[in-house]
Amino acid sequence: MSIASELSETERDPLHFLQGVKDCIPTLLGYVCIGFAAGIVGASSGVSTMEIALMSALVYAGASQFIMCSMLAAASPPSVIILTTFIVNARHLLLSASLAPYFSKYSLWKNIGIGVLLTDESFGVASDKLAKGGQISDRWMNGLNITAYLVWIASCVAGGILGNWISRPEAFGLDFALPAMFLALLISQLQSVQTSKLKHRLLLVLCMAVLMYLLSWWVPSHIAVIVATVMTATIGVFTDK
Amino acid sequence: MNIDPNVMYIIIGGMAVTAIPRIIPFVVLQKLALPKPVLQWLSYIPICIFTALVMEHLLVRTEGSVTFNWQVLIAILPTLVTALWSKNLLATVIVGIVSMAVVRLLWLG
Repeated sequence: MSIASELSETERDPLHFLQGVKDCIPTLLGYVCIGFAAGIVGASSGVSTMEIALMSALVYAGASQFIMCSMLAAASPPSVIILTTFIVNARHLLLSASLAPYFSKYSLWKNIGIGVLLTDESFGVASDKLAKGGQISDRWMNGLNITAYLVWIASCVAGGILGNWISRPEAFGLDFALPAMFLALLISQLQSVQTSKLKHRLLLVLCMAVLMYLLSWWVPSHIAVIVATVMTATIGVFTDK
Repeated sequence: MNIDPNVMYIIIGGMAVTAIPRIIPFVVLQKLALPKPVLQWLSYIPICIFTALVMEHLLVRTEGSVTFNWQVLIAILPTLVTALWSKNLLATVIVGIVSMAVVRLLWLG
């Protein structure tokens, strides 16, 4: 077999590491914009570029990094910052639980490696592939996760360095990359649902939106996300025929 | 290029509380076969979470009330149309960013 045909073979393998890298590409602009914004916010909160690099490499969570930086600037106690970070990211418990059954055949360490790099976006790409009837594997997931991880760190650091020049990233609409991506992932999920089940899923979306609105009167949005999701998914099980 | 010990402590604590919720289901569910209704429940998580994350940006929680962020509400319309029409993640993100930049440029008051 020639090298060329061998290459095209790996490229066509839907479970290959490189395919994971490719499937990550559409989400990269989102990571770059938000990472940029997180870096700029960090720099303007007085967090050093080295600290931003460490934060993006170790914590690796957009919303948490924004909150950590603003709480650092406000000189909140470390225990409160860490507790807040936990609450903001607790939804990952639901994302991981949703994906984990597809990886149960792999080793413990592979599972830990896949779980630790899971983000809203990589979860979105994986669940989108599954909703469209595709398959996912450890290699594919690692290609997706590692690409996102490296681009995220680079974007945060670049934002931290540029933070001295741009003071308001929101003026460029950069912060809207995140909701735009979540909206696209939601629509993609709905478009892959069978027509007979679409009405049921749309009702769940409506239920979710109403619950988010109502819960937001009582609890912070991060808690509302978790409570509303648990409630709506439960309603979904009992109302699906 | 300095690292404050206090910030380092917060970053390490933040790493632990971020990694644990991401890892636990992968460790626990590795050896546990889930019953069908639970799997069905988990299959609804993507739609629920993405709706929640969009709503999170749409709502503004102020002292004693919850209102809509009108800038987000306006910018979301062309973004939604692009998502439905193009079925393309990257195109949707680009239209979203441009829409928001335009809305904020034109926003008076």
